[in-house]
Amino acid sequence: MNVYLDLFLTFARVGVCTFGGGYAMLPILQREVVEKKGWATDAELTDYYAIGQCTPGVIAVNTATFIGHKYKGILGGIVATLGMVFPSLVIISVIAAFLQNFADNVYVIHAFNGIRACVCVLIFNAVMKLRKSTVIDMTTAVIFLVVFLLSAIWGLSPAILVLVCGVIGLALKLMQERRGQKGGDEA
Amino acid sequence: MLYLRLFYEFFKAGLFAVGGGLATVPFLTDMGASTGWFTNAELANMIAISESTPGPMGVNMATYVGFEVGGVLGAVVATLGLVCPSIIIIIIIAAFLEKFRSSKYVEYVFYGLRPASTGLIAAACWGVVTISLLTVLSTEGAVVTFSLNWQLLLLAAVVYACTHLERLKKLHPIIWIALSAAAGVIFQL
Repeated sequence: MNVYLDLFLTFARVGVCTFGGGYAMLPILQREVVEKKGWATDAELTDYYAIGQCTPGVIAVNTATFIGHKYKGILGGIVATLGMVFPSLVIISVIAAFLQNFADNVYVIHAFNGIRACVCVLIFNAVMKLRKSTVIDMTTAVIFLVVFLLSAIWGLSPAILVLVCGVIGLALKLMQERRGQKGGDEA
Repeated sequence: MLYLRLFYEFFKAGLFAVGGGLATVPFLTDMGASTGWFTNAELANMIAISESTPGPMGVNMATYVGFEVGGVLGAVVATLGLVCPSIIIIIIIAAFLEKFRSSKYVEYVFYGLRPASTGLIAAACWGVVTISLLTVLSTEGAVVTFSLNWQLLLLAAVVYACTHLERLKKLHPIIWIALSAAAGVIFQL
């Protein structure tokens, strides 16, 4: 299959399987893009989410553009994003044209309560999978826990948290490096 | 011209809304007030529909508003407007990252960034849990009282158990979503 068509269809599949925001997309991305296609790794997905959360725009779109760009350059980024928004365009246009009361329908409400419970579990499973490649030692475990608490309980801005942790990572690693060099000189 | 205005308004929302679909809501409220395209009540209905249909919420809302204002072409134009800033900004960042990928400094930054990003996603997961599985009864200062929605909690437990069974692990997530939707309708959750 043409690579661009493959990109478009894969991301259209991701779009149609996503219920909720960009985070609900994560379990689907892991399945379609990481496990099936191998276009990105779990660690790269977390990189893209980190950047996607502190740059403007919808997180889902930012992540799709990143993956598409990594696989096939600028055109790849555009095609992946268009693929992801395509199902929305079709589904929402149909609902807006014919089903104005869609969200008030009692069956839709029940179905969505069920879907939300399921999406919780799927995101939780996805986080546990990511954790394996991102929380690799004591320091990263502390960063994970502190960021979780600051964001979940105090609602601190993701952009600030991401920025600060990037600086902390750089500082810690540089200090480690210098200490290592010193040790090396003495030996 | 209507379509140009649509594109411009959503380009603006895409450029300035940082942090996911819900961040676009304030921009949409302003948009409704300044253009007269939709009222706040209509916007509330659009948000409800965007939350209960497949696809990222921000994209769904852009499509919906665009369709209401200018039909199918309006939907396409509004959505393209919303994603345009993302595509441009991310492609620039991605090109930059690719250039410096081998740099150890970038690797060091990501060492701290990755667990932070995972923590943020975990926090978002916690947010979804509180919205979906708990019913908030009252909020007084920092003290939040809530009751567990035990039926939904039970469904979540069943899904969790099933997704960890060796034989069912490989099933596509959409299967669990579809089954949960069916369970929701059958048991009137």
